[in-house]
Amino acid sequence: MNVVELSGVRKEYPGGVVALAGVDLTVRRGELVGIVGPSGSGKSTLLHIVGSLDRPTRGTVRIAGHDVAGLTDRELAALRARHIGFVFQSFHLAPGLTALDNVADGLLYRGTPLRERRRRAAAALERVGLAERLTHRPHELSGGQRQRVAIARAVAGDPDLLLADEPTGALDTASGGAVLELLRDLNAEGTTIAVITHDHEIAAALPRRVRVRDGRVVADEAAVR
Amino acid sequence: MTGTRMTGTRMTRTRLTPARLRPADVLRAGSAGLRARPARIVLSALGIAIGIATMISVVGVSASGKAGVIRQLERLGTNMLVASPGESMFTGKQTSLPEGAERMVLRIPGVRHAAATGGTPATVRRTDRVPKGETGGLTVQAATRDLLTTLRGRVRTGTWLNAATGRHPAVVLGSVAARRLGVTAPGEQVFIGDRYFTVIGILDDLPLAPEIERSALVGWDAARRLLGFDGHPTAVYQRSTDAAVASVRALLPRTINPRDPQDVKVTDPSTALRAKAAAAGAFTDLLLGLGAVALLVGGVGVANTMVISVLERRHEIGLRRSLGATRGQIRLQFVTESLLLSGLGGIAGAVLGAAATFGYATFMGLPPTVPLWSLTGGLAATLAIGMLAGLYPAVRAARLSPTVALQAT
Repeated sequence: MNVVELSGVRKEYPGGVVALAGVDLTVRRGELVGIVGPSGSGKSTLLHIVGSLDRPTRGTVRIAGHDVAGLTDRELAALRARHIGFVFQSFHLAPGLTALDNVADGLLYRGTPLRERRRRAAAALERVGLAERLTHRPHELSGGQRQRVAIARAVAGDPDLLLADEPTGALDTASGGAVLELLRDLNAEGTTIAVITHDHEIAAALPRRVRVRDGRVVADEAAVR
Repeated sequence: MTGTRMTGTRMTRTRLTPARLRPADVLRAGSAGLRARPARIVLSALGIAIGIATMISVVGVSASGKAGVIRQLERLGTNMLVASPGESMFTGKQTSLPEGAERMVLRIPGVRHAAATGGTPATVRRTDRVPKGETGGLTVQAATRDLLTTLRGRVRTGTWLNAATGRHPAVVLGSVAARRLGVTAPGEQVFIGDRYFTVIGILDDLPLAPEIERSALVGWDAARRLLGFDGHPTAVYQRSTDAAVASVRALLPRTINPRDPQDVKVTDPSTALRAKAAAAGAFTDLLLGLGAVALLVGGVGVANTMVISVLERRHEIGLRRSLGATRGQIRLQFVTESLLLSGLGGIAGAVLGAAATFGYATFMGLPPTVPLWSLTGGLAATLAIGMLAGLYPAVRAARLSPTVALQAT
């Protein structure tokens, strides 16, 4: 069963810049895949398209069974709310809110009632090992802890796909390693995860690596394990 | 997990519809931005607060002033009429009222009190050293004993004229006259005509008879004997029952001067006070306009804050879009934020304006009055301004593409 199906996806920006020049990519349920490439390779555009934040110029994109081309902006929003969780390099936590409320707000646009949001947020924070930090505000947490709060926010709704964009980019090696370990644990529990990174070391630790260069997939390799 | 799940045929799918936010969640999202930046919020809400406070206090102060005049009118009564000599229709000269006119007036049905004053040629001065011409705008008048009762006046210090003092060189000063002469207590002497009179009393203010406030009042007999007064009243004050005012008004000229009723002028001093009550609102329009300008400036401040807020919070907007917020939900969030911002300013302004009104009215001894319409109108104006100020930034925030918002630096 495929969570992501891209075929012949091309993305051009105004001015003639071709970010993606025909990408075919399939991610199956339960996979942990690294999308690797240097900056300018088109991997960020790929993230936006897979995350249904943007539409392709050509080609078809299916996310969790929905053909993105046929969806309105509102439906795309609903798709993101229900099926996709995002983790960003710079965490994007609300500074004034506690860890619990930051995670709970991840479920806001699903229409979940506040009490249920908080209950699930507490469970998600426990999953990422922050059960003791529910009432801490972001500035009271270390970088690694902040990223784990962001991961908890992304998985609180049990998305079909977790998209992590350079999740270790702003972290030191030790916290970065811990975050990667957490992603592997979540994957082991069944979450489908795509990690976008330029770091080959990180990519090497993932079971499947899709290498992107100049808007094309140049290699799709599975680790020999 | 949700119901959307691919089955083997990959055609199966449920329609995607964004969840509707509960009102409480809309408020939470809308207030989140405010809670994160308290100082900025206070400052931009202050603009609105000043505008609303100005408008409400302007309305409140004028309403309190009006209520004060009305209360004064109720106390003083609107049942007093004054008859005075007019100019002759034939000769154009100042006429005079016949002697004893006030006693004739008392016979009119419904009249309760009547009294007369008569102008004398004498002047009042502090001492005989003061030049004769410096009257200070004060007059010396003969007064009958019922004058104070008829005017519902009060003696501030000392006593009023009685049968004994009315024959001797004794004088009662109106409040303004006493102030101008520098007399503060009875017992002092003032120079009237060509001799000293002893001040036996000073009157309280008389809003219905400002001319008496500016007079030195001497007994009828004393004025005739010592000041060359001819005995003809120059004003007859009378007070009737409320119901009889109209009929008394019609009968007054004929009663006072049966031969030449057209030479008698009848005035109602309470109309002047009523005009004052109406005039209390004259300034209001101008000041209200000033408040409206302040409110408008406050609204521009809110719009400015919101525009900056949207620029600064592009990451948050991008994040919310990635979490599944629709454009409409982003728009709603920022409009809510703007409404809350100006609403807070409006409430603070209403409290401030009401407090200013109460402070002013209490200080001036007026009944504090804040009309309900000014409060509701002020708050409605605030919300309208919050809506207008928030709409443009909110639309901009909603139009922002999620990818651009996330990548913004």
